[in-house]
Amino acid sequence: MAQFRYVSEISSLVNVDGPLTKGPVPRWQRLKGLENTSSSSSLNVSKKSRTPSKKSAADKKKTPSKTPRGKSPGRINTPGKTPCGGGGDRFIPSRSATNFDLGHFKLCHPESLSDSPTKKEMERLMCENLHGMDINKQRILAYQKKAPTAPDGFQNPMRVLYTQSKTPASVKNVQRYIPQAPDRILDAPDIIDDYYLNLIDWSGNNVLAAALGSHLYLWDAGTGKIEQLMELEGNDYICSVSWIQEGDFLAVGTMSGTTELWDCAKSKRLRVMDGHSARVGSLAWNNYVLTSGCRSGQILHHDVRQREHIVATIPGHTQEVCGLKWSTDGRYLASGGNDNVLNIWQGVSGAHHTGTTPLHVFTAHQAAVKALAWCPWQQHVLASGGGTADRHIRFWNCNTGVCVNSVDTKSQVCALLWSTNYKEIVSGHGFANNQLIIWKYPGMTKVTELTGHTARVLHLAMSPDGSTVLSAGADETLRLWKCFVKTAAKEKEPTHVRSKPSVFKQCIR
Amino acid sequence: MAGVSVKNKSAITLKGSADIVCEYLDFGINSILFQRGIYPPEDFKPVENYGLTILMSQDSKIKEFLKVTLDQLNGWLVDRAVKKIALVISNVRTLDVMERWDFNVEYEGDTTDGAQTSEKPLKQIKNEIRDVLKQIASSVAYLPLLDCLCSFDIQIYTNDNVKLPTEWADTEPAHIKNAQCVKMRTFNTQIHKLETMVTYKNEE
Repeated sequence: MAQFRYVSEISSLVNVDGPLTKGPVPRWQRLKGLENTSSSSSLNVSKKSRTPSKKSAADKKKTPSKTPRGKSPGRINTPGKTPCGGGGDRFIPSRSATNFDLGHFKLCHPESLSDSPTKKEMERLMCENLHGMDINKQRILAYQKKAPTAPDGFQNPMRVLYTQSKTPASVKNVQRYIPQAPDRILDAPDIIDDYYLNLIDWSGNNVLAAALGSHLYLWDAGTGKIEQLMELEGNDYICSVSWIQEGDFLAVGTMSGTTELWDCAKSKRLRVMDGHSARVGSLAWNNYVLTSGCRSGQILHHDVRQREHIVATIPGHTQEVCGLKWSTDGRYLASGGNDNVLNIWQGVSGAHHTGTTPLHVFTAHQAAVKALAWCPWQQHVLASGGGTADRHIRFWNCNTGVCVNSVDTKSQVCALLWSTNYKEIVSGHGFANNQLIIWKYPGMTKVTELTGHTARVLHLAMSPDGSTVLSAGADETLRLWKCFVKTAAKEKEPTHVRSKPSVFKQCIR
Repeated sequence: MAGVSVKNKSAITLKGSADIVCEYLDFGINSILFQRGIYPPEDFKPVENYGLTILMSQDSKIKEFLKVTLDQLNGWLVDRAVKKIALVISNVRTLDVMERWDFNVEYEGDTTDGAQTSEKPLKQIKNEIRDVLKQIASSVAYLPLLDCLCSFDIQIYTNDNVKLPTEWADTEPAHIKNAQCVKMRTFNTQIHKLETMVTYKNEE
């Protein structure tokens, strides 16, 4: 039992009569070192130097403490040496000579440590309280032919249930830090606050094309250089811009219904293609075919290589075509119009344009369908967002023509963009918060909301590395959000490079 | 003793109650042996009872040990001599007690009437037992891993006036250092009330 061990330890401590080995040498010893005072009272544990008995302890009887009965030894040896001089008959204890440790021990451990009858009674009562019975009145029995133990070398199979080391990598916290403030804010004066236009595009060469009124600016995101590419005359304004998938060719749709093709490396207009009767609010490239959507609801496919550039004319919509996107594999074209219809057109095999009858007609949206985005990793999945009256983001499987999912965003959906770095989608919204929302796909749980725009987010564009989203707001600002920056672990993966060589590149004059 | 004064068909006699308790202990102990990984899982076979699937050891020696122990216990339960059954799991090498499962027995009703019966529906009792067994099965969630070769023993705390059967002996109570205790549900046959609790070494 522990207390018995303690008792024996204490008594052996008390009985030591050699010099103190632990602790610093008391001052009196240091001073009187010459006086051969090595034998110290072991009971005089108090190292206070104001011991009045130091001299006597040195020359009188050694180790008065040998008796653990503890008659205060200092008082035997130095009866009259209390520091108080004329004490008279008052009893003044010599505190220095008193061993408080021993005294305390004696007080706390009375001699009748376990023999006292009260103690036994106490033990019995405690036992009854603790065990609900008198411990002496019970037997603990066990069958003597024990069950065998498990075979030698057997390891507890439950080991798998316990985490042996750090949490495995798969359980790693997938939360990442998304800066809530934009990385940069660019001014976009005179950007037209028109839901039906597409005024921003970011090329694979890291050049951002932004149409501000009648001016078209190119902003090199790598160098920060800004250059004005063109300016329309009169009251005309630019209605849409679209970069070819690869290269420096930019298609510009104008209010007058023409579609211009620009070589931005040389800042030179290559050609002007007509065919529309009203403004060209949407453009989409599929290799050498440029598809344009018009306010009239008409969709044209231009083969930009040919003199007779119109390869197909599609009366797709009854009202303005505001959303137009080719799927990444070029199999489908999605077009959304102000007539609240979303059409999916299948590409003609062997060519890069579509037929004139839609593969699917989706009428689920209750407002104009401008926001369109094809999933980069599931190439038949299209996300579409509706306008103010609709406020839904819907996901379509275009192989089957089924609405896979829909989510009420409570706000006009002006633009949609899939992240290429994460399984996430970002949407730009109008009233009331003018925010960007990042959603987990396919769960459609909100990852975060990025607020900052003071007017609706008109357009979204993504940097070629997929890390930065640019939002163009009606508050005449362009904000760059670094919301899809790859984490260190993701960085290690080989970066996906578009390897397919462009046919168009070789074909263009 | 069974059926001496059966009032109606569904009444549980003292003997029947003891049988229920012993059956529970059989399933409970086997479940613990499996859940705590004391024996290889391939020695266990699933058995349906109480609406649960419980893994029962197929090792003949373990079965024999449990049968003898529980048969003896059954007699003592009828005699109301048992206070507690303890399943002690100890390290084979160091003989340290790693874990102790206590089944505290309380007796209800008129303790002098040998022909006592209980009107409690058997289904209700079985449901109570099922709840306890579920708790035992889920205890692996908080009990520490028994990371050593372990053996088990069953100690029965009895009155001091029981006759020692052959091949039985007195033992010392198993204490656990730095113990942590978790109480499970109890079940009650209205003759026997069984409280289950587990005491385990707190590793810190």
